[in-house]
Amino acid sequence: MPPERPEGFIMAMIIIDGQEIEAEAGSMIIQAADKADIYIPRFCYHEKLSIAANCRMCLVEVEKAPKPLPACATPITDGMVIHTVSEQAVEAQQGTMEFLLINHPLDCPICDQGGECPLQDQALGYGGDVSRFSEGKRVVDDPDIGPLIETEMTRCIHCTRCVRFGQEVAGIMELGAIGRGEDMKIATVVGRTVDSEVSGNVIDLCPVGALTSKPYRFSARAWELASHDAISPHDCLGSNLNIQTAHDTVKRVLPRTNGHVNECWLSDRDRFSYEGVNSPDRLLQPLVRVGDRFEEVAWEVALQRAATALSDIGKAQGPGAIGALASPTATLEEFFLLQQLMRGLGSDNVDHRLRQRDFRDDSFTALFPGTELPIEQIQDAACVLLVGCHLRKELPLVALRVREMCRLGGQVAALNPMDYEQNFPLTEALVVAPSALPAALARIAMARVGQVEVSEELRQWAELIPDSEDFARTAKMLSDVEGEVVVVLGQIAAQHREASALRAIASWLAQHTGIRLAFLPEANGAAAWIAGCVPHRQANGDGVQEPGLNVSQMLSARLSAYLLFGLEPTMDLAATGNLVSALSDASFVLSFSAFRSAVPAQADVVFPLAPFTESAGTYVNCDGRAQSVEAAMDPRGMARPGWKILRVLGNYLALPGFDYITVDDVRSRVNLSLPEVVCRLEEGCPLPGAASKSVPWSVESQRFERVVDVPIYDVDPIVRRASSLQRTRDHSLATVHMNKEQLLALNVKAGDSVRVVADADEVRLTITPDDRVLGGCVYIPMGSAATAPLGGADYIALKVIR
Amino acid sequence: MFIRFIKTYFLWELLRGLALTGSRLFRRKFTVQYPDEKTPKSPRFRGLHALRRYPNGEERCIACKLCEAVCPAVAITIESEEREDSTRRTTRYDVDLFKCVYCGFCEEACPVDSIVLTDIHEFHFEGREGTVIDKAGLLAIGDRYESSIAAARERDAPYR
Ligand code: SF4
Ligand code: SF4
Repeated sequence: MPPERPEGFIMAMIIIDGQEIEAEAGSMIIQAADKADIYIPRFCYHEKLSIAANCRMCLVEVEKAPKPLPACATPITDGMVIHTVSEQAVEAQQGTMEFLLINHPLDCPICDQGGECPLQDQALGYGGDVSRFSEGKRVVDDPDIGPLIETEMTRCIHCTRCVRFGQEVAGIMELGAIGRGEDMKIATVVGRTVDSEVSGNVIDLCPVGALTSKPYRFSARAWELASHDAISPHDCLGSNLNIQTAHDTVKRVLPRTNGHVNECWLSDRDRFSYEGVNSPDRLLQPLVRVGDRFEEVAWEVALQRAATALSDIGKAQGPGAIGALASPTATLEEFFLLQQLMRGLGSDNVDHRLRQRDFRDDSFTALFPGTELPIEQIQDAACVLLVGCHLRKELPLVALRVREMCRLGGQVAALNPMDYEQNFPLTEALVVAPSALPAALARIAMARVGQVEVSEELRQWAELIPDSEDFARTAKMLSDVEGEVVVVLGQIAAQHREASALRAIASWLAQHTGIRLAFLPEANGAAAWIAGCVPHRQANGDGVQEPGLNVSQMLSARLSAYLLFGLEPTMDLAATGNLVSALSDASFVLSFSAFRSAVPAQADVVFPLAPFTESAGTYVNCDGRAQSVEAAMDPRGMARPGWKILRVLGNYLALPGFDYITVDDVRSRVNLSLPEVVCRLEEGCPLPGAASKSVPWSVESQRFERVVDVPIYDVDPIVRRASSLQRTRDHSLATVHMNKEQLLALNVKAGDSVRVVADADEVRLTITPDDRVLGGCVYIPMGSAATAPLGGADYIALKVIR
Repeated sequence: MFIRFIKTYFLWELLRGLALTGSRLFRRKFTVQYPDEKTPKSPRFRGLHALRRYPNGEERCIACKLCEAVCPAVAITIESEEREDSTRRTTRYDVDLFKCVYCGFCEEACPVDSIVLTDIHEFHFEGREGTVIDKAGLLAIGDRYESSIAAARERDAPYR
């Protein structure tokens, strides 16, 4: 982290290598030199990390100083004269390099960093030409620190960038330096792995080959890779990716620096999800059902079959009998064409909010959900209240910004159904049962707003739970801070059974206080809203005559035909209970899928879909920032980008307006000069009445309220097939989590099997003790095969198997 | 003018030529009777490629891809991965003999003396398919000619 800028900083004139430069007094020489494009060699200095000055590579000569000084730790004063290439400086740099190479192996040809290694480059540029060292070199053993990062600690030059990254940016110190001098080594706590969701960044930070990418290991060389711009489809931040390909496969993914979005970081999900794209499960040929098996056919056959079936059903049962569900990871163009296709057929049944369950406020929502305070300003905010939001796993890079905000003096409170671990300090951590979330938010909102007329519904909501000190304290915190206050409704809130109540209460709070809101969309959800992939609105927010059916209604209405675009129905939908019967009863199911195993057994025609790496498209992030990219590579096999498939399917159905030639033609139909994000509900949106407490759920009856979320590596079909991510600790969550007292009360222990029953479905899971969960609740995530039959069920019964 | 006239009519130039032919007729011949006889070759001769092994049988190549990068004809294609014993190895090593210009840069670039150009120059193709040799083929050539490859490098070593 750069040093804090003093108030009213002054400028100083300095001379670097004869060039007069104006720089901030007190900033470091290396910063001024970087601005003036004068390169000073460095290893430990990184602009996003604190200054350690331990590699000594940046020694420069400063006139009037007796010795060379490290440019990264020497503050600028007026009139300084600096030489970076004088005899003294060069001698110092060469000396440092010789010492660095004493213990560094000289086997660059087998090192994965070879060809893109700052040590290699700088040894060439600033080192001597022969080695005078003939003694034995130090050897350090390599700990196994997890499935993502490979270690070769003999190569380590102790710059401590990885340690500082963990400490300062990621907020979890997983790597540390132990020992001194020659014995110093970088290691994890004995036997531990590095489990942070942003751990992959140390691969980029490590200036040598000590920390490299495990999935990429030895598979390619930097110089043979072709770089392509891309946008991550896995969360609503829209991180900028640099996809690197060779021999028609994605070899690795690196961050593309964008200060407005991901800075120079990337979450592990964005970095390693490409393994899913390369998975052997990819579907490469259109399929049609023949009897009870699938047969590979040519595109024309599959398209014709789909078009005939859809128009037949449209004629026989009316277009209302057709419904389309799109994965929120699709592109803006795909969303637009899907809804154009559906509306061309005469049906408004199109939705992308697969895991949401409450749509009562549809007609009052803003153009699209997002963050009213731009992401890049979050670190300057004063206070954030997270409601139903596991920010660290939902938006790992935004969590880093919140952490930065805390470092600058901001405060964070969290209202969650479970005591999630965050990587920033929480001033208030409120944990309530999932069903009590709206009530708790209502309590906080009322305490914060104070003396105003409160509607009957809001009072009802608040009265569902007893008042407590915590709510008042949180409200006080929201009102006491000076600066921007943001209330963030995360995925848990969005997928809540009473999501519209949460949104309405948050909007009420915002109206009365000027607090900013953030309703986080799922993945590229903002684009889906703008493109009209919702039943009640067309593209650009234009209205419809009669809203179509939303996700839940489509599944319970038992339509005759379903179009499933890019989703894996059993794991991407909250309402899985209805799903199997809905799909089995339908006379036609058309699945667009990139993966063979993601195709539901009931599908009649399957189109192989190109994943995000192979498709051009536009992503709109939660700031309303539209980012368009080209395809990074040609689609594999006969897979095709979704926009092309939909466009041709439109032609086969003889629908008007499907004569696009390029993806830009599609994009131009959507107005992307978006207004500033305002996500609060429009005024006049009624607050739904408080749900009365339902059936008593208790330990005695072995019935529990379920805390449900989607773990970080289960969010979409691509991530679920990224094999290395699936071996991280964040993955092994598909068990029944409950706290120790409850374990005792039920007389079970860790590892025991239980039958989990929700409505008509049941699964067998094991038990994990987890004290983050409240009494009376169990935590069972969704999104994985093991818990798929439960869908998003809120209440479950446990039957212990003895 | 007159001399030219005489030379033309008495076939003087022809006779001179025949005299040369006649004189050579009885000297020692030095035509090389290829393929029964062969000319000596420099140890730096650049012929067919081979991949070498260490005396313990381990392949030398470490998949650094420097040969692939240096090849001006883009004749080499390498794919690599981590072998079970966690060493860096190629899974594919193809040399396209039609693209190759026999410049020997690959041999120069190789840090472990793995890819070499042998002195084999007598090879031919009977179809378009056989023009790319793969890793197994290259290693087989290396195994078969290791002694001559090693001898050639040995002879050249003092001049390097
Ligand atoms: S000899 Fe030259 S052209 Fe042939 S493979 Fe080697 S580097 Fe390429
Ligand atoms: S043959 Fe030599 S230069 Fe080529 S990849 Fe193998 S070790 Fe590297």
